[in-house]
Amino acid sequence: MAERGAVVEGVRAYRLIAVMWVRSSMTYRTSFAVTLLGNLMVTGLDFVGILLMFSQVDSLGGWSLYEVAFLYGLSATSFGLSDLALGSLEGLGGRMRDGSFDVLMVRPAPVLAQVGADRFALRRLGRITQGLVVLCWALVSVDVEWTAAKALLVPVMVISGAAIFCAVFVAGAAFQILAQDAAEVQNAFTYGGTTLLQYPPTVFGKDLVRGVTFMLPLAFVNWVPAAHVLGRPYPVGLPGWAAFASPAVALVCCASAGLAWRAGLRSYRSTGS
Amino acid sequence: MAVSDDEAFIDVDKVEKVFDVRRRAGFLRRELRRVRAVDSLSFRVARGEMVGYIGPNGAGKSTTIKMLTGILTPSGGRLRVAGIDPSRERTRLAHRIGVVFGQRTTLWWDLPLIDSYRLMHRMYRIPDARYRENLDRLVHLLDLGALLDVPVRQLSLGQRMRGDVVAALLHDPEVLYLDEPTIGLDVISKARVREFLREVNAERGTTVLLTTHDLQDIERLCSRVMVIDRGRLMYDGPLAGLHEVGESERTLVVDLERELPPIEAEPARVVRVEGPRQWLAFPAGESAAALVARIAARYPLVDLSVREPDIESVIARMLHAPGDAAGLPQDRSEGVGS
Repeated sequence: MAERGAVVEGVRAYRLIAVMWVRSSMTYRTSFAVTLLGNLMVTGLDFVGILLMFSQVDSLGGWSLYEVAFLYGLSATSFGLSDLALGSLEGLGGRMRDGSFDVLMVRPAPVLAQVGADRFALRRLGRITQGLVVLCWALVSVDVEWTAAKALLVPVMVISGAAIFCAVFVAGAAFQILAQDAAEVQNAFTYGGTTLLQYPPTVFGKDLVRGVTFMLPLAFVNWVPAAHVLGRPYPVGLPGWAAFASPAVALVCCASAGLAWRAGLRSYRSTGS
Repeated sequence: MAVSDDEAFIDVDKVEKVFDVRRRAGFLRRELRRVRAVDSLSFRVARGEMVGYIGPNGAGKSTTIKMLTGILTPSGGRLRVAGIDPSRERTRLAHRIGVVFGQRTTLWWDLPLIDSYRLMHRMYRIPDARYRENLDRLVHLLDLGALLDVPVRQLSLGQRMRGDVVAALLHDPEVLYLDEPTIGLDVISKARVREFLREVNAERGTTVLLTTHDLQDIERLCSRVMVIDRGRLMYDGPLAGLHEVGESERTLVVDLERELPPIEAEPARVVRVEGPRQWLAFPAGESAAALVARIAARYPLVDLSVREPDIESVIARMLHAPGDAAGLPQDRSEGVGS
């Protein structure tokens, strides 16, 4: 009950602060328009790279262009959503170094919600837009016999995937409390993770695939459920129902990340003055 | 100062804060040092008191405030504010306290001042009528009415500080922590902030704990002062007592009609003579008026002024006073190997 109260409080505080940041960014309209446009272009070029690759080869690790586009769209959309929601956690180390984190700690709202909403930026919608475009293109092009279960898996993947990435952001933030200049470590798992998932698991070594299945279960963002949708074997030996395990995996990830955050916050040391 | 159990609003009992500091000691070698930022600190503050909390840089002032607000978790001891354990129930406590960090603003840089207050209104769930009443009163008292629609980035330092003080009081906190509230402010802004704090304390009974480098802040505001050094409480009592313990001195500067031999007026002693101008040091606890009257009766006075001792020198004298009651402060850091 107390947990639920904290979540409700957190969402409320998040909304209040996000609105303030959106209004702040609107005081510089031109700058906002330019960064949004730039963001769309940079993320757009990202997929162009994959298209260029397929102009030279017919398949990547045995996967066709549309199948890779399916993976890409899922990974980019999930990550885009989590980046919009909690991408600001990357800046936590800076907030702690300049002492402004302390100001957030004396307000009557969950700190995670406050740092999550910190510098909330609508320009991050660019990545989501681009991911959705690629995903839609893949959905209409890919050769799949759609069933109700498979169709339902697509939104489930996007939402569970976003939740798993959110958990990675939060766990990274908890780690940043301990090592205040660890933003790059966090980036390796967030930006690195989404890039990894944009390629078929068959191009990577077995150990890496096992690692992102059992250790840091990024494989449940798209690899495992997408394999089921596309009628391909799972990247590692898993029972048949594993394709539908993503929400449960996401839940476990979020709970663990929440505990890590709580532990991190208790060990927070603040700056000298 | 004696504050009984039930009226202690802030209750600090043998609180410690130990930091492990890793330092580079050569290639890949780290030296671990254990620093005791706050060492067995105990004090109580009653509801409605105004207390000055002073000490040299790095003495543990900020660490104490951060533990009292729930930012830092104590390493040991017991700490309660309004009966709440700050680090365990940080958000519940947040509704009852107000904090002003002198160097960090809670205001939104790019938005009009009023927007920051509206956020407070919603975040603290202040009832509408209460919010409007408090906002009107505070804005009037601190003369911010004309600035409410100005983006915070365009405010002067003094205006922003006043803005921060308003933000910290909108939700009617029972205790207000101020960390260097007058730092960098001009004389008029300082006076206004002080006058305002006195009023808030008198009218609302708000408990105030402030850290400062400005002795005048303490003189104008606080009936009680606590001095901390190396994480330990070295003095707790009225400001006058601090002067006594530290044997601190005020300086009387007198301009005579002509050059004269050094003035003789107990308990003052002449510390400097420059033509017709003489500097006399006298104990800060003594009345300047009586001394001036005695000198005026015997010497041809033209002009005079009194200079207050600054806080650093008062503390320095106190900490190094011979026969210091609290004993010599111990070295607070101990090596723990690498």
